[in-house]
Amino acid sequence: MTIHLSIVLFLPLAAGLIGAVLPRDLARWAVLTGTVWVLAYVIVMLADFDSGGGLQYVTDDEWISELGISYKLGVDGLNLFMVALTAIAWVPCTLVAAFREHDRPKLFFFNLALGETAVLGAFMAQDLALFIVFFDLMLVPFYFMIGGWGTGERVRATTKFVIYTLAGSLLMMAAAIALGVLATPDGGEISFALSDLQERSVSEGTQQWIVLLFALAFFVKAPLFPLHGWVPETYRASPVVTIALLSGVLSKVGVYGFLRIVLPVMPEGSQHWQELFIVMAVFSILYGSVLAFSQDNVRLVVAYSSIAQLGFIVLGIFALDDTGAQGAVFQMLNHGLVVVPLFLIIGVIATRSGGSESLAELGGIAFRAPVLATLFLVLTFATLAMPGSANFMGEILVLFGTYEDKLVYGLVASIGVVLAAVYMIRMFQRTTHNRVGPAVQSREMDGLNIAAVAPLVAVVVALGIYPNFVVDRTEPATTAAIERAQEVGQELASR
Amino acid sequence: MTLPLAEVQAPDIDYKALSPLMALVGGSIVVLMVGLLRPPFVRHALVPALTAVTLLTAIGLTIWIWEPGEQRPVIEGSLTVDTLALGLSMLFYVAGLVCIALSLRAIAAREAGHGEYYGLLLGSIAGMVVLAQASDLITLFVGIELLSIPLYVLCATELRRATSLEAGLKYLVIGSVGSATLLYGLALIYGATGAMQFDAIAAALDSAELSPTDPLLLTGIALAATGLAFKASVAPFHQWTPDVYQGAPTPITTFMAVATKAAAFAIFLRLFDHALGLAQLEWAPALAALATATIVIGNVGAIAQRSLKRLLAWSSVAQAGYLLAGVVVGTTLGLQATAFYLAVYLLMNVAAFAVVVARERVSEHGDDLASVENLGRAEPWLAWPMTIAMLSLAGFPATAGFIGKFYLIDASVAGDYTWLGIVIVVGSVISLAYYLRVIAVMWMGRYEVDWPTVPRRRVKPVAGWSPEAQARAQPEVALVAVLFAAATIVFGIWPDPLFDAARDVGTALSALG
Repeated sequence: MTIHLSIVLFLPLAAGLIGAVLPRDLARWAVLTGTVWVLAYVIVMLADFDSGGGLQYVTDDEWISELGISYKLGVDGLNLFMVALTAIAWVPCTLVAAFREHDRPKLFFFNLALGETAVLGAFMAQDLALFIVFFDLMLVPFYFMIGGWGTGERVRATTKFVIYTLAGSLLMMAAAIALGVLATPDGGEISFALSDLQERSVSEGTQQWIVLLFALAFFVKAPLFPLHGWVPETYRASPVVTIALLSGVLSKVGVYGFLRIVLPVMPEGSQHWQELFIVMAVFSILYGSVLAFSQDNVRLVVAYSSIAQLGFIVLGIFALDDTGAQGAVFQMLNHGLVVVPLFLIIGVIATRSGGSESLAELGGIAFRAPVLATLFLVLTFATLAMPGSANFMGEILVLFGTYEDKLVYGLVASIGVVLAAVYMIRMFQRTTHNRVGPAVQSREMDGLNIAAVAPLVAVVVALGIYPNFVVDRTEPATTAAIERAQEVGQELASR
Repeated sequence: MTLPLAEVQAPDIDYKALSPLMALVGGSIVVLMVGLLRPPFVRHALVPALTAVTLLTAIGLTIWIWEPGEQRPVIEGSLTVDTLALGLSMLFYVAGLVCIALSLRAIAAREAGHGEYYGLLLGSIAGMVVLAQASDLITLFVGIELLSIPLYVLCATELRRATSLEAGLKYLVIGSVGSATLLYGLALIYGATGAMQFDAIAAALDSAELSPTDPLLLTGIALAATGLAFKASVAPFHQWTPDVYQGAPTPITTFMAVATKAAAFAIFLRLFDHALGLAQLEWAPALAALATATIVIGNVGAIAQRSLKRLLAWSSVAQAGYLLAGVVVGTTLGLQATAFYLAVYLLMNVAAFAVVVARERVSEHGDDLASVENLGRAEPWLAWPMTIAMLSLAGFPATAGFIGKFYLIDASVAGDYTWLGIVIVVGSVISLAYYLRVIAVMWMGRYEVDWPTVPRRRVKPVAGWSPEAQARAQPEVALVAVLFAAATIVFGIWPDPLFDAARDVGTALSALG
C-alpha cells in the first residue's frame, strides 16, 4: 500500500488548480512544472519497477462502498509504459503550448492538466468503475480545449467528438454495471475491483453482449473502422497540442481496456467475438492506409495512418497469441511516441506555410531546415516501420502472432505495412522536398520546438536499438492478460 | 337528545411527529398576516425572513425526529412519519429556501404581494409534506390538492405578463384533469380492495380474495398512475411542462421543478412500492414503458429548444423518466437510488435555474440561449455553475449526476430491468446534444448555427445597477448558483453523506425486497 500512484495521479490536477489561482501568465509554468514532476516520478518508477513482480505500488481504498467502487490503483507490465507514455507526451506538449499566446491561458492549462490526471487515472485504475470515471472524465478537458481553442468548425467538431465517444462509453458504463451486479454471488457484496471480477464469473451469453458494448466504447475511442466518424472533423479543428495528445495517448486507453478488462474478465465473451474484431482490425488497416494515401491535409494523413496502426494493435491483441499481444503492447507505446512529435512537427510546418496544412501548398521545407527535415525523416521511417525501428519490431511481432492461427488475416494485414511506406513517404516528400510551395518559408525549427521534439525522437531511436527494455518488463503481464481467453480458445478447438 | 360526549374519543395524536408540518402551517399563517402590514421593510425583509425561519424550523424539527427504520402512524394512520417522508421533506425545505433567495428581487413577489406570495409558498410546501407522509388514499388526495392549488396561483403571480397568467391557467386546467383522473383511480382502487389505508390495501392484495389482475384494481392503478404522471411530468402527460415552466416566474419554476417532482415521486414510491407492491408484476412493465417514453420524448424535445427554461423543462421530463426507473424495480435499492437521484437532481437544477434567474433579469434576450452567450468571459461566477450543472445533468463523472445515474442503473440491473438501464444510457447520449450546446454557447464564442431571431426586450437594471454590474447586484442569486454547483462537485467526489441519507430513507418501506 503506497501513496506514490496517488501523488503521480493528482500532481497535474494540483498544478492546474494552483495555476488557476495564480496570475494569468504564471498558470502555464505551474502546469509545466507539474508535468515535469510527473515525468521525473515516472522515470524513478521505471527504474524501480520489478519485471516479475505483478501489480505494484498498489493503492486500495474504499471510495463508494455502497456501489462497490473502490479507489484502487496499481501498475504492472501492461500499464507501466502507458503511464510512462502519458508522462512523456505531456511534457513537450505543455512546453510547446506554454510558449504560444493563448486566449484565456488559465482555463487552457487547467484543462491540459486535468486531461493528464484523467488519462493517468484511466491507465492506473484497477477498479472497473474507477476506470470508467476517468475514461469519461478525459472527455471534459478535451471537449473544452478543442471547442475553445480550435480552428474552423470547432464547436461542431468537438460536440461530435464528445457525443461519439460518450455514446460508446455510456453504453460501456451500463454494461459494466450489469457485469458488476450479475457477477455478484448471492449474498455477496457488489464489487467492481478487477481482481474480484476476475474471480467471479457471469454466464457466457451475458459476457457476449457485455463484451460487445465494451468493444463499442473502445473502438470509438481508438478509433477503428467503421466507428471513426468523428475523426476527420476533430483532427482538423483541434489545436496541434491537443490532437497530438488525443492521437498519441488517448487512443491507447481504449485498446488498453481490452487487455486490462475485457480479455481477463470475460474470456468466453472475447473468444466469441474474436473473429469479428479481427475482421474490423484488418478492415481498419486497409481502410486507414488507403485513406491516408488519398488525403491532402497533413493532419488527416496522420489521422488515417493512426486508424491503420490501431488496427494493427487490435489485430495483435485478438490474435490471442503471446507474440501478437506482446507486439500490440509494444506497438501501443511506439505509436504514441511517434505520433506526438509528428503532430508537433506538423504544427511547425503549418507555421512555415502561413497556416496551410494542405499537401498541395507545402513543399521545399528541407531546403533551409536540415534539423527539422532530419527529425521528420526519422519519425517518418519509424511510422512506416523501417527495419531497425521499434515500430518494425512491434508490427513484426503482431504479424507473427497472427500468422500462427489466422494466417489469411495476417497476410491481408501485411499489405498495410507496404501501404504505410507509400503514404508516409508521400507525405514526407510533399512537405519537405518538391518545389517550394507558394506561401512556404523554409526556416529552421526554433529552439523551443527542437527541445520538445528531439528528446522524443531520441527515445524512439533508443527503443529501436534496445526494445528489450520494454519487452522484458511487459511480457509477464501481457501473457497473463490473454491467458484465460487463450485457454477458452483451446478448449473450443479441442472439442 | 344530548350527544354522549364522554364516548367521543379524540384520536391520539403524536404531536412530535407532526411538528414540522405544524410549523409550516403556522408559519404560513403568520407570514400571510405580517404581509398585510404596509412598511416596505416588513414586506421586503421581514416576510422573506419569517418564511426562511419557518423553513429552518421545519428542518430543525425534521432532524430532531429523524429515526431510521421507524414508521410512526399519525392521526389514526392517515399519515406516516418515516425517513422516506422526512428525507424528501428536507428537499422541499431546501427548495423553498432557494425559492426565497431567488425571489428577493423578483417582480412576482412584488406584484402579488409579499405576504401572499410567501404564504402560498409555505402552503404548497405543507401540501408536499402531507403528500410525502400520506398513507391513505384520502390524505394522498388532500396533499396533492394542497400542494397544487397554491402553485396554480404562484405560477400566475407576474400579473402584468400574459405568459405568466397563461401558465397559471394552463397548470390549473391540466392539474385539475390530473387530479380528477387520480381521484377516479383512487376510488377504483378502494372499490377493488375495500381499503383506504395503504397497509390495508397491501394486506388486501396479499389475501386470497383479490387477484392482482382484478380488472377493477388494474383500471384503478392505471388511472392513479396517470394522475400522478401529470404531476411528475411523465410522458405522455408532460405537455404542460415546457409552457408552464417557461411562463411561470423563474423562482417558482425552480421550486416546481425540484420540489413538485420530489413530492410526486414520494407518493409514487409509497403508493406503488408499498401499497400496491404485491401487484408489481402487473404495473411494472407499464411504468417501465412510460419511463422509456419519457426519457426519449424529454430528451428529443429538449434538442430543439432555445429558451433555457423550456430546455430545462424538457430536461426535467427526461429526468423524471430516469427517476421512474427506480420506482419500477420496486426494491429497496430502487427506493434508495430514487431518493439519491432526487437530491442530486435538486442540486444541479437549482444551480442551473439560479443562473437563468440572474441572466434573465439583465439580459435583453430574457431566458433565451443568447442570454448566456460568452458568459464564460463576462461572468465566470455564473458560467461555472451553469457548466457544472449541465455536465452533471448529462452524467459526466466527478459530478453528483454521474453517481446518481450509476446508482439508478445499478438498481435497474439488480431489479432485472437491465434494458431500462440501457434506455437511461441512451437517453443520456441524446441529452448531450443540448446540454453541450449550452456549454458551447457560454465558453466557445458565437454559436455557429442559425437560429430564428427572438425579439429583443427592454431590460430594467436590477436593484439600480447597470446590466454590467449584475453579478454584484444580485449576490444572493450568484451565491445560490455557486453553492449548489459546488455541492454538485463535492457530492460527486465524496457522496457518502448522501448515501447515508439514502440508506436511512431505504429503511422506510421495510416490506421491500
